[in-house]
Amino acid sequence: MAQPLVKKDDDRDDEADYSPFLGIEKGAVLQEARVFNDPQLDPRRCSQVITKLLYLLNQGETFTKVEATEVFFAVTKLFQSRDIGLRRMVYVMIKELSPSADEVIIVTSSLMKDMTSKTDMYRANAIRVLCRITDGTLLTQIERYLKQAIVDKNPVVASAALVSGIHLLQTNPEIVKRWSNEVQEAVQSRAALVQFHALALLHQIRQNDRLAVNKLVSSLTRGSVRSPLAQCLLIRYTSQVIRESANNTQTGDRPFYDFLEGCLRHKAEMVIFEAARAITELNGVTSRELTPAITVLQLFLSSSKPVLRFAAVRTLNKVAMTHPMAVTNCNIDMESLISDQNRSIATLAITTLLKTGNESSVDRLMKQITNFMSDIADEFKIVVVEAIRSLCLKFPLKHRSLMNFLSNILREEGGFEYKKAIVDSIVILIRDIPEAKDSGLLHLCEFIEDCEFTYLSTQILHFLGIEGPKTSDPSKYIRYIYNRVHLENATVRAGAVSTLAKFGAMVDALKPRIFVLLRRCLFDNDDEVRDRATLYLNTLGGNGAVVETGEDVKEFLFGSLDIPLVNLENSLKNYEPSEESFDINSVPKEVKTQPLAEKKAPGKKPTGLGGPPTGPPSTVDTYEKLLSSIPEFANFGKLFKSSAPVELTEAETEYAVNVVKHIFDGHVVFQYNCTNTIPEQLLENVTVIVDASEAEEFAEVASKPLRSLPYDSPGQTFVAFEKPEGVPAVGKFSNMLRFIVKEVDPSTGEAEDDGVEDEYQLEELEVVAADYMLKVGVSNFRNAWESMGADFERVDEYGLGPRDNLAEAVNAVINLLGMQPCEGTEVVPNSSRSHTCLLSGVYIGNVMVLVRLQFGIDGPKDVAMKLAVRSEDEAVSDAIHEIVASG
Amino acid sequence: MELCPSIKNILLLDSEGKRIAVKYYSDDWPTNSAKEAYEKAVFTKTQKTNARTEAEITMFENYIVVYKFVQDLHFFVTGGENENEMILATVLQGFFDAVGILLRGTVDKKEALENLDLILLCLDEIVDGGIILETDANVVAGKVANHSLDAGAPLSEQTITQALATAREHLTRSLLK
Repeated sequence: MAQPLVKKDDDRDDEADYSPFLGIEKGAVLQEARVFNDPQLDPRRCSQVITKLLYLLNQGETFTKVEATEVFFAVTKLFQSRDIGLRRMVYVMIKELSPSADEVIIVTSSLMKDMTSKTDMYRANAIRVLCRITDGTLLTQIERYLKQAIVDKNPVVASAALVSGIHLLQTNPEIVKRWSNEVQEAVQSRAALVQFHALALLHQIRQNDRLAVNKLVSSLTRGSVRSPLAQCLLIRYTSQVIRESANNTQTGDRPFYDFLEGCLRHKAEMVIFEAARAITELNGVTSRELTPAITVLQLFLSSSKPVLRFAAVRTLNKVAMTHPMAVTNCNIDMESLISDQNRSIATLAITTLLKTGNESSVDRLMKQITNFMSDIADEFKIVVVEAIRSLCLKFPLKHRSLMNFLSNILREEGGFEYKKAIVDSIVILIRDIPEAKDSGLLHLCEFIEDCEFTYLSTQILHFLGIEGPKTSDPSKYIRYIYNRVHLENATVRAGAVSTLAKFGAMVDALKPRIFVLLRRCLFDNDDEVRDRATLYLNTLGGNGAVVETGEDVKEFLFGSLDIPLVNLENSLKNYEPSEESFDINSVPKEVKTQPLAEKKAPGKKPTGLGGPPTGPPSTVDTYEKLLSSIPEFANFGKLFKSSAPVELTEAETEYAVNVVKHIFDGHVVFQYNCTNTIPEQLLENVTVIVDASEAEEFAEVASKPLRSLPYDSPGQTFVAFEKPEGVPAVGKFSNMLRFIVKEVDPSTGEAEDDGVEDEYQLEELEVVAADYMLKVGVSNFRNAWESMGADFERVDEYGLGPRDNLAEAVNAVINLLGMQPCEGTEVVPNSSRSHTCLLSGVYIGNVMVLVRLQFGIDGPKDVAMKLAVRSEDEAVSDAIHEIVASG
Repeated sequence: MELCPSIKNILLLDSEGKRIAVKYYSDDWPTNSAKEAYEKAVFTKTQKTNARTEAEITMFENYIVVYKFVQDLHFFVTGGENENEMILATVLQGFFDAVGILLRGTVDKKEALENLDLILLCLDEIVDGGIILETDANVVAGKVANHSLDAGAPLSEQTITQALATAREHLTRSLLK
């Protein structure tokens, strides 16, 4: 029935917009492509056929290998035609088909002829096509022409060669690097874009040579770069140079700042903006440096162009995170942007205002936002909710109006992500602002009365179970929770049962009533719900007498699981049923580093409800498997920690080597990951000779050489050391790569029989105290700190000497200890004079360690630090102090 | 941060979000379905905005998208989240204006499809493998139009289109002077 209806619709559509490609079909077009073989070529018709082929490819149609080859060969015939338009289409077509190496040979000669043609257009395009499809071997043949093209009079030809050079640098760096004289000349070109392309290529050629980049920047910032794009590049290179030299300059003006400031008066908007952004991103930028940049961004805020307004408000938003005071001047302009047509701009403006606003302006802002919330999409609302959360943490006194706002929007329509953001915010506010607890919990209770998301309901119930019993009147929550047992699906019911049990365990006065409710749950029609109710009734002693619930029962039922779930899951999967029962202590506790994307998210507060985010499969696991497969290391016991790879060679050397340090209780294994970057060589019997004379407590026990290391396929060699058991021994090791090198014939890929022994010096490697520390986070530092108790607390004060700023000092100590920063305390607000940083970790021997660091700047940049350590072992607390004292 | 400004893709869609011509320069969208999903998402997100007088801009996933509409054509340029918005806008404006010149003012879907070869060449002249080649609309259009005839062919053999192209080329050349 539906069929004809649809068809009719189609017909009507087609009438409405006629297309020259209507009813186009791949098979028919491929047939048409036979005209390419005609002895008398009709350029116009051929162009049309190519356009059709390109149209098909552009619409996502694919050609089979055979079809593509056929089309490619047919297209190559078209080089006979002298029609420029057709030739142009041929170039595009060849690029789209990306022919294989053996096919490329067919067009090489035609393209090389075009490359030396008198027609500029031919030269420019032939270069781009040839460089796109060629491989290294052909490149040496055409290198001469390319070098000429770079300095060609015609800017289009020069640009074509330079851009091709930028692409080729990825695959054939050694060849492109030989062109630097020509490229240098092209930087001086009068044509704007040639200058841009030449500068980009020149910088990429020299990027690993800091001195050369420095020279390039200082010569160009003095001269005049004509093209705005090239000027933007120069600004980026300049800020890179500033970043890298920042550590050396102690006092005085920042080098090149004048150049950046001068660019703020450039006539092109893109340059002005690039410079303003570069200034705001300078490390430790001062407010004097910031002012001119903020001024131009403020002007952009009232531009008629949305793109400019967006760029400006986005940059100011970032500045507001670190320098809220600097942005307050723009507040009036920013407020008018709240009604901007472009909702991205409006949202950015709101969140910026929330960051810069002072306590007195909060109420007025909230009024404006309430009107604004109804007409933006969920994704923007989430951003606003997050901004409000941080505002509330900044002004705890305002929690009433902010909490009300959150509970109002919680009642309105919205998707899961949005609701979750709100609930997370409320949870965080409850945790951090004690006065907000009662009202916040009630808001959450009301929300689950009418919540369509099972996930959120269960999470809230869990949270109620933790926080509810600690309030002054826990009984008022029971009704809300028990209602869930009546009205919800099985998952939520089970959650509600657990929550009830928690109230029962924690609040003795409520026990009898809770037991009555739990007994009713024994008749639930879901297994899980019944099982939970039974378990709780039995363990909490619900079979009659009301007794005090024992600590260990509480711990068993409600204690936290200190093992990452992913690790537990992996270990359970690997466990094979046998006589030996599964041992939960064998599960690795190392928290995996979070994916980069998450780290980058600015200002992300600790997750509210979800608990630790699940990361990718653990590398610890793969290391563990790898090491246990090597017989020499099999008896070393359980792997405690594997470090991140440490590079032992510079970038772009013949052999790239990095090392991973594996720490066992009584051993250390160095895993050297080697890569051979020379195609003409095969390395055999690769070992690393380690000199441990500066590491007294270590003795080499085993070494596992790598039999063969062919070009570009990484391999590993291992060296193992014995060290005193359980002792965090440190030391320095110098390394030498030793191997037998054999020449390889590049055409056949076969290695010669005879090899020569050779050595290659690697950089030194250190085993430091941080290697004996696992980064293990705790979800609530205050709780963990309190429950650890002050029995083995060690407190001392240290002077850290002069430092540029607090952030640097904080980072230095975190890296020294190798511990996990908690609750986002590793971030130091700019220009603050004091800071508290919380760290947690597990020290070798499985000892939990918590550290509270208090920093203060004292006088002219002298940083002092108070270090308080709590752990389960006195010796470990002392050891931590020793690390800091000697570091 | 990526030091050299780079373009992730350029899209020309119709008023229903269907492809007229698209060009991807990044591996962020490896398959055709990933590309189509991206186009659909971008189109839906921007559909209701008014981008007819000034280019508009939005953040999308981790991309910056600048866009401009005319008649039933939607022009988009995508860059990474750290890209200078002005640079993306310049590329968009270059593409937009060059198409305007090449279609001689009648910028709509029908005209664009009938001159798809010019649009494809235009894309080819603006960005090469993600690197900006040229942003000046007149230069781009000049380079594309320049190719529509063979200088060696006698005038009598030229078709009407070619003759028009010659005229157009003379026009753009005089514009360029």
